[in-house]
Amino acid sequence: MKQLLDFFITFCKIGGLTFGGGYAMLPLLQKEVVENKGWVKEEELVEYYAISQCIPGPMAVSIAILVGYKQKGIACAIFAALGIIMPSIIIIMLLAALFQEIMDIPLVGHAFAGIRIAVVALVIQSVVVLGKSGVKDIYGLLIMVVAFILATFTDISIIYIIVAAGILGIFIRKRGEDTK
Amino acid sequence: MIYLLLFWEFLKVGVFAIGGGMMTLPFLYDISDRLAWFDRADIVNIVAVSVAAPGPIGINMVTYAGYHVAGIAGGLIAALSLALPAIIITLIVAGFLSKFSENRYVQWVFYGLQPAIVGLVASVCIDLLKISVVPADRFKASGYLGDLINIKALILFAVLYFAISRYKRHPFFYIAAAAIVGMIFGF
Repeated sequence: MKQLLDFFITFCKIGGLTFGGGYAMLPLLQKEVVENKGWVKEEELVEYYAISQCIPGPMAVSIAILVGYKQKGIACAIFAALGIIMPSIIIIMLLAALFQEIMDIPLVGHAFAGIRIAVVALVIQSVVVLGKSGVKDIYGLLIMVVAFILATFTDISIIYIIVAAGILGIFIRKRGEDTK
Repeated sequence: MIYLLLFWEFLKVGVFAIGGGMMTLPFLYDISDRLAWFDRADIVNIVAVSVAAPGPIGINMVTYAGYHVAGIAGGLIAALSLALPAIIITLIVAGFLSKFSENRYVQWVFYGLQPAIVGLVASVCIDLLKISVVPADRFKASGYLGDLINIKALILFAVLYFAISRYKRHPFFYIAAAAIVGMIFGF
Protein backbone atom coordinates (compact mmCIF):
# COMPACT_ATOMS: atom_id res chain seq x y z
CA MET A 1 0.00 0.00 0.00
CA LYS A 2 2.80 2.36 0.93
CA GLN A 3 4.49 1.69 -2.38
CA LEU A 4 1.31 2.27 -4.35
CA LEU A 5 0.97 5.64 -2.65
CA ASP A 6 4.60 6.40 -3.41
CA PHE A 7 3.93 5.80 -7.11
CA PHE A 8 0.77 7.86 -7.02
CA ILE A 9 2.46 10.84 -5.34
CA THR A 10 5.61 10.73 -7.48
CA PHE A 11 3.57 10.77 -10.69
CA CYS A 12 1.28 13.46 -9.30
CA LYS A 13 4.37 15.60 -8.90
CA ILE A 14 5.45 14.93 -12.48
CA GLY A 15 1.98 15.62 -13.87
CA GLY A 16 1.52 18.78 -11.86
CA LEU A 17 4.89 20.29 -12.68
CA THR A 18 5.13 19.56 -16.41
CA PHE A 19 4.14 22.40 -18.69
CA GLY A 20 3.83 21.67 -22.39
CA GLY A 21 2.63 18.08 -22.68
CA GLY A 22 4.28 14.67 -23.03
CA TYR A 23 7.60 15.63 -24.55
CA ALA A 24 8.26 18.29 -21.94
CA MET A 25 7.86 15.60 -19.29
CA LEU A 26 11.13 13.81 -20.05
CA PRO A 27 13.53 15.88 -17.93
CA LEU A 28 11.28 15.63 -14.89
CA LEU A 29 10.77 11.90 -15.39
CA GLN A 30 14.52 11.40 -15.59
CA LYS A 31 15.02 13.28 -12.37
CA GLU A 32 12.25 11.64 -10.36
CA VAL A 33 11.93 8.12 -11.73
CA VAL A 34 15.53 7.42 -12.77
CA GLU A 35 17.67 9.46 -10.37
CA ASN A 36 15.60 9.87 -7.20
CA LYS A 37 13.64 6.62 -7.12
CA GLY A 38 15.76 4.35 -9.31
CA TRP A 39 12.64 2.60 -10.61
CA VAL A 40 13.91 2.36 -14.18
CA LYS A 41 17.18 2.93 -16.01
CA GLU A 42 17.83 5.84 -18.36
CA GLU A 43 17.78 3.61 -21.47
CA GLU A 44 14.54 1.99 -20.41
CA LEU A 45 12.90 5.39 -20.09
CA VAL A 46 13.99 6.32 -23.61
CA GLU A 47 12.57 3.05 -24.87
CA TYR A 48 9.29 3.69 -23.04
CA TYR A 49 9.11 7.00 -24.84
CA ALA A 50 9.41 5.28 -28.20
CA ILE A 51 6.76 2.72 -27.26
CA SER A 52 4.30 5.25 -25.84
CA GLN A 53 4.38 7.24 -29.08
CA CYS A 54 2.92 4.19 -30.85
CA ILE A 55 0.07 3.79 -28.36
CA PRO A 56 -3.21 5.70 -28.64
CA GLY A 57 -4.10 8.24 -25.97
CA PRO A 58 -1.91 10.51 -23.86
CA MET A 59 1.80 9.58 -23.95
CA ALA A 60 2.19 10.51 -20.29
CA VAL A 61 -0.35 7.87 -19.27
CA SER A 62 1.42 5.15 -21.24
CA ILE A 63 4.80 6.03 -19.78
CA ALA A 64 3.40 6.00 -16.23
CA ILE A 65 1.89 2.55 -16.90
CA LEU A 66 5.16 1.17 -18.28
CA VAL A 67 7.22 2.43 -15.35
CA GLY A 68 4.70 1.22 -12.77
CA TYR A 69 4.26 -2.17 -14.43
CA LYS A 70 8.00 -2.76 -14.67
CA GLN A 71 8.38 -2.10 -10.97
CA LYS A 72 5.48 -3.83 -9.29
CA GLY A 73 2.85 -4.97 -11.77
CA ILE A 74 -0.65 -3.89 -12.67
CA ALA A 75 -1.73 -2.20 -9.42
CA CYS A 76 1.34 0.01 -9.38
CA ALA A 77 0.85 0.83 -13.05
CA ILE A 78 -2.70 2.00 -12.50
CA PHE A 79 -1.76 4.14 -9.49
CA ALA A 80 1.02 5.75 -11.52
CA ALA A 81 -1.39 6.50 -14.39
CA LEU A 82 -4.01 7.99 -12.06
CA GLY A 83 -1.27 10.04 -10.40
CA ILE A 84 -0.07 11.61 -13.60
CA ILE A 85 -3.56 12.77 -14.66
CA MET A 86 -4.88 13.82 -11.24
CA PRO A 87 -3.26 17.30 -11.00
CA SER A 88 -4.51 18.13 -14.52
CA ILE A 89 -8.05 17.18 -13.66
CA ILE A 90 -8.11 19.34 -10.53
CA ILE A 91 -6.27 22.36 -11.96
CA ILE A 92 -8.28 22.42 -15.20
CA MET A 93 -11.62 22.23 -13.45
CA LEU A 94 -10.63 25.05 -11.08
CA LEU A 95 -9.59 27.19 -14.07
CA ALA A 96 -12.76 26.29 -16.01
CA ALA A 97 -14.92 27.25 -13.04
CA LEU A 98 -13.02 30.52 -12.66
CA PHE A 99 -13.33 31.43 -16.35
CA GLN A 100 -17.05 30.75 -16.33
CA GLU A 101 -17.36 33.42 -13.67
CA ILE A 102 -15.19 36.10 -15.24
CA MET A 103 -15.84 35.57 -18.97
CA ASP A 104 -18.55 38.29 -19.05
CA ILE A 105 -16.18 41.01 -17.88
CA PRO A 106 -15.29 43.07 -21.01
CA LEU A 107 -11.59 43.24 -20.17
CA VAL A 108 -11.42 39.44 -19.90
CA GLY A 109 -13.19 39.23 -23.27
CA HIS A 110 -10.45 41.39 -24.82
CA ALA A 111 -7.78 39.23 -23.19
CA PHE A 112 -9.30 36.08 -24.63
CA ALA A 113 -9.60 37.63 -28.08
CA GLY A 114 -5.83 38.07 -27.90
CA ILE A 115 -5.30 34.61 -26.44
CA ARG A 116 -7.25 33.01 -29.30
CA ILE A 117 -4.76 34.47 -31.76
CA ALA A 118 -1.89 33.00 -29.76
CA VAL A 119 -3.65 29.62 -29.81
CA VAL A 120 -3.89 29.66 -33.62
CA ALA A 121 -0.21 30.50 -33.90
CA LEU A 122 0.71 27.72 -31.45
CA VAL A 123 -1.40 25.09 -33.22
CA ILE A 124 -0.10 26.05 -36.69
CA GLN A 125 3.44 25.87 -35.36
CA SER A 126 2.81 22.37 -33.99
CA VAL A 127 1.41 21.32 -37.39
CA VAL A 128 4.64 22.51 -39.03
CA VAL A 129 6.74 20.57 -36.52
CA LEU A 130 4.59 17.45 -36.92
CA GLY A 131 4.77 17.75 -40.69
CA LYS A 132 8.55 17.98 -40.75
CA SER A 133 8.93 14.74 -38.80
CA GLY A 134 5.87 12.82 -40.00
CA VAL A 135 5.71 13.45 -43.76
CA LYS A 136 8.64 11.53 -45.19
CA ASP A 137 7.96 11.18 -48.93
CA ILE A 138 5.47 11.73 -51.75
CA TYR A 139 3.03 9.13 -50.36
CA GLY A 140 3.08 10.85 -47.02
CA LEU A 141 2.40 14.18 -48.72
CA LEU A 142 -0.54 12.66 -50.59
CA ILE A 143 -2.03 11.12 -47.45
CA MET A 144 -1.65 14.46 -45.67
CA VAL A 145 -3.37 16.41 -48.46
CA VAL A 146 -6.22 13.91 -48.83
CA ALA A 147 -6.79 13.78 -45.06
CA PHE A 148 -6.84 17.58 -44.99
CA ILE A 149 -9.35 17.81 -47.85
CA LEU A 150 -11.63 15.13 -46.41
CA ALA A 151 -11.60 16.70 -42.95
CA THR A 152 -12.14 20.23 -44.24
CA PHE A 153 -14.75 19.72 -46.94
CA THR A 154 -16.67 16.55 -46.05
CA ASP A 155 -18.51 15.14 -43.05
CA ILE A 156 -16.58 11.87 -43.07
CA SER A 157 -15.77 10.88 -39.49
CA ILE A 158 -12.10 11.42 -38.70
CA ILE A 159 -12.03 7.93 -37.20
CA TYR A 160 -12.43 6.50 -40.74
CA ILE A 161 -9.70 8.78 -42.04
CA ILE A 162 -7.31 7.61 -39.32
CA VAL A 163 -8.07 3.91 -39.84
CA ALA A 164 -7.76 4.26 -43.62
CA ALA A 165 -4.41 6.04 -43.28
CA GLY A 166 -3.07 3.28 -41.04
CA ILE A 167 -4.13 0.57 -43.51
CA LEU A 168 -2.68 2.57 -46.42
CA GLY A 169 0.59 2.81 -44.53
CA ILE A 170 0.79 -0.99 -44.33
CA PHE A 171 -0.03 -1.41 -48.04
CA ILE A 172 2.46 1.18 -49.25
CA ARG A 173 5.34 -0.10 -47.14
CA LYS A 174 4.53 -3.77 -47.80
CA ARG A 175 4.53 -3.17 -51.55
CA GLY A 176 7.78 -1.26 -51.20
CA GLU A 177 9.30 -4.22 -49.43
CA ASP A 178 7.93 -6.81 -51.87
CA THR A 179 9.40 -5.01 -54.89
CA LYS A 180 12.81 -4.81 -53.25
CA MET B 1 -27.87 9.69 -19.86
CA ILE B 2 -25.27 12.41 -20.39
CA TYR B 3 -22.52 10.68 -18.36
CA LEU B 4 -22.72 7.50 -20.40
CA LEU B 5 -22.58 9.49 -23.63
CA LEU B 6 -19.58 11.46 -22.32
CA PHE B 7 -17.83 8.20 -21.46
CA TRP B 8 -18.50 6.73 -24.91
CA GLU B 9 -17.48 9.84 -26.87
CA PHE B 10 -14.20 10.37 -25.03
CA LEU B 11 -13.41 6.66 -24.98
CA LYS B 12 -13.46 6.81 -28.78
CA VAL B 13 -11.08 9.77 -28.67
CA GLY B 14 -8.83 7.73 -26.38
CA VAL B 15 -8.72 4.89 -28.90
CA PHE B 16 -8.16 6.94 -32.03
CA ALA B 17 -6.23 10.04 -30.95
CA ILE B 18 -2.69 8.94 -31.70
CA GLY B 19 0.24 11.32 -31.98
CA GLY B 20 0.12 13.75 -29.09
CA GLY B 21 -2.24 16.09 -27.29
CA MET B 22 -3.01 18.32 -30.27
CA MET B 23 -4.57 15.30 -31.97
CA THR B 24 -7.44 15.61 -29.49
CA LEU B 25 -8.40 18.84 -31.20
CA PRO B 26 -9.98 17.48 -34.43
CA PHE B 27 -12.05 15.16 -32.23
CA LEU B 28 -13.39 18.09 -30.21
CA TYR B 29 -14.49 19.69 -33.49
CA ASP B 30 -16.08 16.44 -34.56
CA ILE B 31 -17.99 16.21 -31.28
CA SER B 32 -19.11 19.83 -31.43
CA ASP B 33 -20.44 19.27 -34.98
CA ARG B 34 -22.47 16.24 -33.98
CA LEU B 35 -23.60 16.93 -30.44
CA ALA B 36 -23.48 20.71 -29.96
CA TRP B 37 -22.00 20.32 -26.48
CA PHE B 38 -19.79 23.32 -27.08
CA ASP B 39 -19.22 25.73 -29.95
CA ARG B 40 -16.11 26.69 -31.91
CA ALA B 41 -15.30 29.63 -29.65
CA ASP B 42 -15.52 27.36 -26.60
CA ILE B 43 -13.00 25.00 -28.19
CA VAL B 44 -10.49 27.80 -28.68
CA ASN B 45 -10.80 28.69 -25.00
CA ILE B 46 -10.38 25.03 -24.11
CA VAL B 47 -7.14 24.87 -26.11
CA ALA B 48 -5.85 28.08 -24.59
CA VAL B 49 -6.30 26.88 -21.04
CA SER B 50 -5.05 23.37 -21.86
CA VAL B 51 -1.73 24.38 -23.36
CA ALA B 52 -1.11 26.98 -20.66
CA ALA B 53 -1.85 24.69 -17.69
CA PRO B 54 0.44 21.88 -16.45
CA GLY B 55 -0.10 18.21 -17.32
CA PRO B 56 -0.82 16.16 -20.46
CA ILE B 57 -2.50 18.44 -23.03
CA GLY B 58 -5.03 15.82 -24.19
CA ILE B 59 -6.18 15.17 -20.61
CA ASN B 60 -6.45 18.91 -20.04
CA MET B 61 -8.58 19.43 -23.13
CA VAL B 62 -11.11 16.69 -22.44
CA THR B 63 -11.34 17.56 -18.73
CA TYR B 64 -12.27 21.11 -19.65
CA ALA B 65 -14.69 19.90 -22.33
CA GLY B 66 -16.30 17.39 -19.96
CA TYR B 67 -16.62 20.01 -17.23
CA HIS B 68 -18.20 22.39 -19.72
CA VAL B 69 -20.80 19.75 -20.59
CA ALA B 70 -21.64 18.23 -17.20
CA GLY B 71 -19.73 19.85 -14.33
CA ILE B 72 -17.24 18.14 -12.07
CA ALA B 73 -18.50 14.60 -12.74
CA GLY B 74 -18.34 15.37 -16.45
CA GLY B 75 -14.73 16.50 -16.25
CA LEU B 76 -13.73 13.42 -14.27
CA ILE B 77 -15.49 11.01 -16.63
CA ALA B 78 -14.03 12.65 -19.72
CA ALA B 79 -10.46 12.48 -18.36
CA LEU B 80 -10.77 8.86 -17.22
CA SER B 81 -12.40 7.72 -20.47
CA LEU B 82 -9.60 9.31 -22.47
CA ALA B 83 -6.98 7.57 -20.33
CA LEU B 84 -8.69 4.17 -20.18
CA PRO B 85 -7.74 2.85 -23.65
CA ALA B 86 -4.13 3.99 -23.14
CA ILE B 87 -4.05 2.19 -19.78
CA ILE B 88 -5.42 -1.07 -21.18
CA ILE B 89 -3.40 -1.08 -24.41
CA THR B 90 -0.17 -0.21 -22.59
CA LEU B 91 -0.69 -2.99 -20.05
CA ILE B 92 -1.12 -5.45 -22.92
CA VAL B 93 1.94 -4.08 -24.73
CA ALA B 94 4.01 -4.16 -21.51
CA GLY B 95 3.95 -7.96 -21.81
CA PHE B 96 5.92 -8.09 -25.06
CA LEU B 97 7.64 -4.78 -24.59
CA SER B 98 10.83 -4.37 -26.53
CA LYS B 99 9.51 -5.87 -29.73
CA PHE B 100 6.53 -3.57 -29.99
CA SER B 101 7.90 -0.29 -31.35
CA GLU B 102 10.26 -2.17 -33.66
CA ASN B 103 7.51 -4.37 -35.05
CA ARG B 104 7.33 -3.58 -38.74
CA TYR B 105 3.55 -3.57 -38.89
CA VAL B 106 3.44 -1.00 -36.09
CA GLN B 107 5.98 1.08 -37.99
CA TRP B 108 4.07 0.72 -41.25
CA VAL B 109 0.81 1.83 -39.64
CA PHE B 110 2.59 4.89 -38.31
CA TYR B 111 4.08 5.63 -41.69
CA GLY B 112 0.50 6.14 -42.90
CA LEU B 113 -0.92 7.65 -39.71
CA GLN B 114 1.52 10.47 -39.15
CA PRO B 115 0.82 12.38 -42.39
CA ALA B 116 -2.94 11.92 -41.87
CA ILE B 117 -2.60 13.42 -38.39
CA VAL B 118 -0.80 16.42 -39.85
CA GLY B 119 -3.63 16.85 -42.39
CA LEU B 120 -6.32 16.57 -39.72
CA VAL B 121 -4.78 19.10 -37.37
CA ALA B 122 -4.06 21.41 -40.34
CA SER B 123 -7.75 21.28 -41.18
CA VAL B 124 -8.53 22.49 -37.67
CA CYS B 125 -6.17 25.43 -38.22
CA ILE B 126 -8.44 26.76 -40.98
CA ASP B 127 -11.30 26.92 -38.54
CA LEU B 128 -9.17 28.46 -35.81
CA LEU B 129 -8.05 31.17 -38.23
CA LYS B 130 -11.66 31.93 -39.14
CA ILE B 131 -12.59 32.40 -35.51
CA SER B 132 -9.74 34.56 -34.35
CA VAL B 133 -7.75 36.16 -37.16
CA VAL B 134 -9.92 36.35 -40.31
CA PRO B 135 -13.49 37.23 -39.26
CA ALA B 136 -15.31 35.29 -41.98
CA ASP B 137 -18.69 35.54 -40.26
CA ARG B 138 -18.62 39.32 -40.18
CA PHE B 139 -17.75 39.36 -43.88
CA LYS B 140 -20.64 37.02 -44.68
CA ALA B 141 -23.05 39.28 -42.80
CA SER B 142 -21.92 42.56 -44.35
CA GLY B 143 -20.53 41.45 -47.70
CA TYR B 144 -17.95 44.21 -47.28
CA LEU B 145 -14.51 42.92 -48.22
CA GLY B 146 -12.80 45.19 -45.73
CA ASP B 147 -14.46 43.22 -42.95
CA LEU B 148 -12.34 40.23 -43.88
CA ILE B 149 -9.22 42.01 -42.83
CA ASN B 150 -8.63 42.58 -39.18
CA ILE B 151 -5.33 44.44 -39.18
CA LYS B 152 -4.76 44.31 -35.43
CA ALA B 153 -5.34 40.58 -35.32
CA LEU B 154 -3.17 39.92 -38.37
CA ILE B 155 -0.25 41.87 -36.94
CA LEU B 156 -0.46 40.13 -33.57
CA PHE B 157 -0.73 36.76 -35.31
CA ALA B 158 2.33 37.42 -37.50
CA VAL B 159 4.42 38.62 -34.58
CA LEU B 160 3.42 35.68 -32.38
CA TYR B 161 3.97 33.11 -35.10
CA PHE B 162 7.43 34.49 -35.81
CA ALA B 163 8.29 34.49 -32.11
CA ILE B 164 7.00 30.97 -31.55
CA SER B 165 8.96 29.45 -34.42
CA ARG B 166 12.06 31.43 -33.55
CA TYR B 167 12.18 31.14 -29.75
CA LYS B 168 11.02 27.91 -28.15
CA ARG B 169 9.53 29.45 -25.02
CA HIS B 170 6.76 27.82 -23.06
CA PRO B 171 3.25 28.35 -24.58
CA PHE B 172 2.15 30.08 -21.38
CA PHE B 173 4.53 32.93 -22.21
CA TYR B 174 2.90 33.62 -25.59
CA ILE B 175 -0.62 33.24 -24.22
CA ALA B 176 0.07 35.70 -21.41
CA ALA B 177 1.64 38.17 -23.86
CA ALA B 178 -1.35 37.88 -26.19
CA ALA B 179 -3.78 38.39 -23.31
CA ILE B 180 -2.01 41.61 -22.29
CA VAL B 181 -1.92 42.90 -25.87
CA GLY B 182 -5.61 42.00 -26.21
CA MET B 183 -6.53 44.01 -23.14
CA ILE B 184 -4.40 47.04 -23.96
CA PHE B 185 -5.48 47.36 -27.58
CA GLY B 186 -9.09 46.24 -27.07
CA PHE B 187 -9.26 43.22 -29.37
